[in-house]
Amino acid sequence: MIGGSVTVLAQWTGTEQDQFMAMLKPWADETGVKVNYTGTRDEPTVLTTAIAAGGASLPDVAGIPGPAQMAQFAKAGQLQDLSTALDVDTYKSQTPQSLVDLGTVDGKIVGIFLDVSAKGQIWYDPKVVGDLSSSAPKTWDDLQTLITSNKSKATAPWCFTVESGAATGWPATDVLESFVLHTQGPDYYNDWWAGKVKWTDPGMKADWQMLGDMAANSYGGSNTILTTNFANAGDPLFTTPPGCLFLHQASFITGLGQFAKETKLTDYNFFPFPSVDAQYAGAVEGAGDLFGMFKSTPQSQSLMKYLVSAPAQQLFVQGGEFLSANKGVANYPNAMNQALGSLLANASSFVFDASDQMPTEMQNEFYKGLVNYIKSPDQLDSILSHLDSVQASAYSQ
Amino acid sequence: MDPRLPTAIIVVVGIPAVLVGYILATEQVLRAFPERLKPRIRPWLWLAPALAFLIFYLIYPTIGTVISSFQDQFGKNWVGLANYAWFFSADDGIGSLVNNIIWLVLLTAITVGVGLLIAVLVDRVRYESFAKSVIFLPLAISATAASVIWLYMFAYQPPGHAQTGTLNAIVTALGAAPIAFMPTSEFKFNTVMLIIVTAWVWTGFAMVIISAALKGISTELLEAARVDGANEWQVFRNIIFPLLLPTLTVVATVMIITALKAFDIVYVMTNGNFDTQVIANAMYTWMFTNGNFGRGSVLAIILMLTVIPVMIFNINRFRAQEAIR
Repeated sequence: MIGGSVTVLAQWTGTEQDQFMAMLKPWADETGVKVNYTGTRDEPTVLTTAIAAGGASLPDVAGIPGPAQMAQFAKAGQLQDLSTALDVDTYKSQTPQSLVDLGTVDGKIVGIFLDVSAKGQIWYDPKVVGDLSSSAPKTWDDLQTLITSNKSKATAPWCFTVESGAATGWPATDVLESFVLHTQGPDYYNDWWAGKVKWTDPGMKADWQMLGDMAANSYGGSNTILTTNFANAGDPLFTTPPGCLFLHQASFITGLGQFAKETKLTDYNFFPFPSVDAQYAGAVEGAGDLFGMFKSTPQSQSLMKYLVSAPAQQLFVQGGEFLSANKGVANYPNAMNQALGSLLANASSFVFDASDQMPTEMQNEFYKGLVNYIKSPDQLDSILSHLDSVQASAYSQ
Repeated sequence: MDPRLPTAIIVVVGIPAVLVGYILATEQVLRAFPERLKPRIRPWLWLAPALAFLIFYLIYPTIGTVISSFQDQFGKNWVGLANYAWFFSADDGIGSLVNNIIWLVLLTAITVGVGLLIAVLVDRVRYESFAKSVIFLPLAISATAASVIWLYMFAYQPPGHAQTGTLNAIVTALGAAPIAFMPTSEFKFNTVMLIIVTAWVWTGFAMVIISAALKGISTELLEAARVDGANEWQVFRNIIFPLLLPTLTVVATVMIITALKAFDIVYVMTNGNFDTQVIANAMYTWMFTNGNFGRGSVLAIILMLTVIPVMIFNINRFRAQEAIR
């Protein structure tokens, strides 16, 4: 028994919150610690404001929006070193090296991944294009052939929407990231978000144009892309006749919009993003929810240790919404999560969402740049050179 | 027992006790002064707590903002006028100022104009209070909820598909192509749409104030004008309008400040995308999303500088009115 209480801040509300609280329950029962949970979608602002105010109002343990902000908080001395809370050797043996590295700042582990997600899958309706689970297109050219042969079955080849309130544009960053990863490779990709590749680089420009092609071949054209919420992006997959054949999105889409009402595997399925340049085949982009400890107390240390443990992670994935960062978790509640889990486990390389690792100013201008490009494709050169000028100042620290 | 109960008791009993105690204490202090000076010092002592709060919560942060406007994004190094130079070159700077000017002109014109029109018209009908309630109602809705309602009104579906948005349902029923209201930035169309949403919220406010002033005009005056042979337009133009002018100025001032502070509706509906950025939303983006305190502070200061002339005008007018009394 430890007793006392711990304050936790995370972005989960609704069913995700229930699932998170269910995961915490065995720990809370065993230790007698009361969990004071706050769920807010405005996590970055809440944390930034609390830090600007001196840090007294910070929660003990909190979800962190992304690696960029984690590094910012760690450098400001707000995040506690987790080596005191975790059994570091066990943690490292159970977690993929790339994820351990992503949670490390200046040699100290300050962030852990509570869950991971695979991004950039292509979703389709097997009743329209047939079951592709054993015959998925291996390359981008194969996919184009598949689109040509199925063209008459839908209004447009692609579904694509980017509206997301104050963060409008982010779904397009995921599409661009898939192109960058599979045309230029993981090294270029990592240099890019780190600010070492110019936006006006010819390779980068070619990837923007690939995205432009996809937008031009999307259901409803640019007005639909810009005004439809990302949660409803895939709805036209399921209409009669279908509005589109394919949707590029991360696995969480299955819980949103029309997907949530359809049946896994029979009504929808996915295949991994096909390789563009063969040498980068099997590279996977992912994201995840980082957790950090702002105040080191016996309660918060015990909680952090529990969160990364295999039993807790197994409990977390049981609800069906999440994939685990712990290699010891292989028992997923359904075949689709199993396939996604193995996609992550067998990736030739794993990169983290690029836009989430850029400095927030760069990220925000990246969103807006893609929105402007989808609205006015002829402005590409001026959009890219504007991003170059943002890059020149945003990375200086 | 609820742990908040002692706090509640302290607040309810303690605060009045402290206030009374403070007044008694000031009288103790005043004993040290000669009788002649007491009336001069007393008001300052009574004002002191309010002034202290004002300095702490208003003057001190203002000075802090001025200082950070000359510093870099982390508030560490001095950068001179670089942030101000940025303001005059960036879309989020000068571009949002231009949009705010459009807001200022259109929002004030629509709310005061339509508010006046409705106030005068409903003054002559029997169902006045019902009509006024309906028009006033949007002000009771939070701006975020109003934005969400209008996003549904503006919803867009590709041509040839069933339109879910009320306005596009009407547009397509009339045989035209659906309009993507928010992304259409040509001729500031989307900014005008945002202003119309804000006017929908605020017209009721203008109407209620103007209507109250209208009731204050004596009927004898209007009767006298009519007996002298003035027609209804002349009565309005030469009697009602001049008498309403001070009220219209007050309402216009409030609307100008509302237009300059425009934030919530823009934040929810476009977040400044498609050339609809305004200063207050740009300030929030740069301060809290981008974490750039230098640029956020510059935007805050520009916003303050644009509001100050309106405030000075307001205070002068207020003083002039006091002088008449």
